[in-house]
Amino acid sequence: MKAIKYILTGIVFGIIMTKSEAVSWYRIQEMFRFQSFFMYGIIGTAVITGIIVVALIRRFHAKDISGQPIEFYPKEKTWKKYLFGGTIFGLGWAMTGACPGPVFVLLGCGYSVMLVVIVGALLGTFTYGLIRDRLPH
Amino acid sequence: MSAFLSQDWPWYVSGLAIAGIMTALFFFGKTFGFSSNLRNICAMFGAGRFASFFRFDWKAKQWNLWFLVGSIIGGYIAIHFLKSPEPLNLSAATIADLQKLHIPFDGQLEPAAIFNWQFLLTGKGLLLFLGGGFLIGFGTRYAGGCTSGHAITGLSQLQWPSLIAVIGFFIGGLIVTFGLFPILFK
Repeated sequence: MKAIKYILTGIVFGIIMTKSEAVSWYRIQEMFRFQSFFMYGIIGTAVITGIIVVALIRRFHAKDISGQPIEFYPKEKTWKKYLFGGTIFGLGWAMTGACPGPVFVLLGCGYSVMLVVIVGALLGTFTYGLIRDRLPH
Repeated sequence: MSAFLSQDWPWYVSGLAIAGIMTALFFFGKTFGFSSNLRNICAMFGAGRFASFFRFDWKAKQWNLWFLVGSIIGGYIAIHFLKSPEPLNLSAATIADLQKLHIPFDGQLEPAAIFNWQFLLTGKGLLLFLGGGFLIGFGTRYAGGCTSGHAITGLSQLQWPSLIAVIGFFIGGLIVTFGLFPILFK
């Protein structure tokens, strides 16, 4: 039954992604062409709100619903993996017009072609797992 | 309520709602990161036999797979019950640019000109969808996160590595938009 709250949160996420039009190939093109404030407004509002939420959680040492303190773990202090990996992901994001969440949300919206994107994404992750020792991080 | 949900959402409502999802997951003792699911699914299908990267307890990450299942249901609900009757309000400049690439704007979420199986089963279609998907899966794991993990959650924690990743997202996006698309959709 623990699954229920994650399924419900996921449903809300799927509705938000669709209604915000962040799943739209058109909107992603508009963003990468800097022709509208729309996507920047969405991401900007989410980040500014997020900064406030994280600051409040830290300030008040907030605990999660199981009573454990909410902690944030610093990401590795390096740059290669973020820059190279990020750029590779950016190529795929612009090509498909979808980042990983929307890839699955769009499947629910009825775009069955996303099945091919999902197969590609799993192959990509699998390939990364095979060759990661040989990549600069 | 339904009428409110069905209209176009202003950007600040969407932004606040996304921050709400991240906050809810914090209070569930989890962290918002969708692309980790790709690794979880690989591990679930036995990829651990081929690479140590997939040898971990994916069942401990099952919550995220339930979140994924929910997101698919959410997409279904949004399209079938909460769809706005208005066409997408895309900027005129983008519509004109895409016209030059022979991708007409049809007012839907996704361009019907390329989001169909007939186009997908061409060389260009496979490059775009299978190739693009591959780059998403490879790049997100390499970078250790996607839009949710880096752009939203990482930046909210003022983590500099996430800013580097987001800069990378844009480098890649601009290469495709201004380098690949003009050649591919000539």
